[in-house]
Amino acid sequence: MTETSARSVDAKHVSPGRPDFLTVRNFDFFYGKKQALFDITMDIPEKRVTALIGPSGCGKSTLLRNFNRMNELIDGIRHSGDIRLLGQSIFDKTVEVIALRRSVGMVFQKSNPFPKSIYENVVYGLRIGGESKKSVLDEAVERSLRGAALWDEAKDRLHESALGLSGGQMQRLCIARAIANRPKVLLMDEPCSALDPIATVKVEELIHELKQEFTIIIVTHNMQQATRCSDKTAFFYLGKLIEFAETQKIFSNPVQKQTEDYITGRFG
Amino acid sequence: MDSIVTHAPDFFSDTKPGSTKLISRSLWNRILSFFCVGLSLLTLIPLVSIVYLVLKNGLPLLKWSVFTELPPAAGMVGGGFGNAVLGTLVMVGLGLVISAPIGILSAIYINEYAPSSRLAQAVRIVAKLLTGIPSIICGVFAFAVVVATTGAFSAYAGGVALAVLMLPTILLTSEQALLGVQHAFREASYGLGATKFQTIVRIVLPDALPAIMTGIMLAVARAAGETAPLIFTALFSQFWAKSLSEPTASLSVLIYNFSTVPFPHQVQMAWTASLVLVAFVTLANITAQLVFSKKH
Repeated sequence: MTETSARSVDAKHVSPGRPDFLTVRNFDFFYGKKQALFDITMDIPEKRVTALIGPSGCGKSTLLRNFNRMNELIDGIRHSGDIRLLGQSIFDKTVEVIALRRSVGMVFQKSNPFPKSIYENVVYGLRIGGESKKSVLDEAVERSLRGAALWDEAKDRLHESALGLSGGQMQRLCIARAIANRPKVLLMDEPCSALDPIATVKVEELIHELKQEFTIIIVTHNMQQATRCSDKTAFFYLGKLIEFAETQKIFSNPVQKQTEDYITGRFG
Repeated sequence: MDSIVTHAPDFFSDTKPGSTKLISRSLWNRILSFFCVGLSLLTLIPLVSIVYLVLKNGLPLLKWSVFTELPPAAGMVGGGFGNAVLGTLVMVGLGLVISAPIGILSAIYINEYAPSSRLAQAVRIVAKLLTGIPSIICGVFAFAVVVATTGAFSAYAGGVALAVLMLPTILLTSEQALLGVQHAFREASYGLGATKFQTIVRIVLPDALPAIMTGIMLAVARAAGETAPLIFTALFSQFWAKSLSEPTASLSVLIYNFSTVPFPHQVQMAWTASLVLVAFVTLANITAQLVFSKKH
């Protein structure tokens, strides 16, 4: 995985990034005998927000959890087809899953800060990567907490337990913890479903900020959220990718009947 | 509208109009509460009387010298049971050193590495069976394995017997402790690129530690009071043990020996030893509770 400095400079100023940053090709996925994903093919663009929507059980979270191979924590799973990050298959034997998960960070539905201090939560990824220099860790804490719009609220209590934060702050801490690893992709699995409306707005604004730097894939049940914060939207139904297009187009002028039925609330 | 007015007087009564029940629901409630309180008080009787008797009979001889002096010879007065206190501490310590690593690491294996494997299931069943095995069997086992092969009663043999006794408690409470760690913590750790080993060492074990410590303290408390596994492994000794490979005194065996002799002083000393043992076990239990409740 090579990252040329030229491209990141480009990305900041002109180009929105590679359209085929993360590619999924003919991807089937099985839990035991049950097939959860059918022949998914899609290109996820760099430094944009891609929303995965669809009714419960449609496979959107399963797909999300394949991008960092979190599904491998479950017994009896298998897949066919391929997922490539910057042209490199993430299932390749040379790819170490721990390295993959550092470059493809994840934020979970229920915020799950460790029962440690705010500081230790943020630097966890660095510490397990072998980093122990205080200056590096301090810098990462400030950068990540600023990046997650939590610095002002947390800077005076960095060494207090993370469990004393509010629900919305905890979720932003989890985002800070994920971006401390400087991932290329940030996966978000219904990051706002346990948050109140005000905290939700904050996280959504944050998503908007974060796409300057990261490629974001977000699973959401909330269609307003998809329209508010995503650039592209993929609609899944019964394990199949029904439609994938610019968010505006999906919500104003969907091609497929099923998509239209879902976004207008006729089922799901 | 009409019906509300007519039923208003019944609103605060606990029997329906026209009910033929002799005892109202609230009276039943009081009777049952009374029974529960009464029976709870009943369970306190044996506990309180044990503590009372041990204090009454044990306190007169309790002074610092009992921890430093050797047991009196038959018919003699004075002396103490310092060697038995030391022996109990050493053998419980030995048992812990053997059983804690095995128990905790096995629990990690059956909970974190291969929870549904045949080996894990077998370990779980065996551990549960072991908790029900009479402690004297642990003694027989240690006798066969250590005493019979080395040809001598020893603190080692006592330690092994106590280890066998403690192992299932430590293993099963450790497994429960690990099960109690939220799956979300593990997911978060893996999601940040941690290996299984890092996740266990940095996240799972620290979170489970208070509960594991509770299990260890409970095992220690139980092992310290056991006589049967020690009688024919460590046997007893009137003297300070010079090494771990010779017969060693313990509080529980001393109590057993001294309470059956016809000399009043020795019997009284058995009471004092009981007091020390009860205090030790209580202390271990309270420590376990405190450590555990601090976390949860």
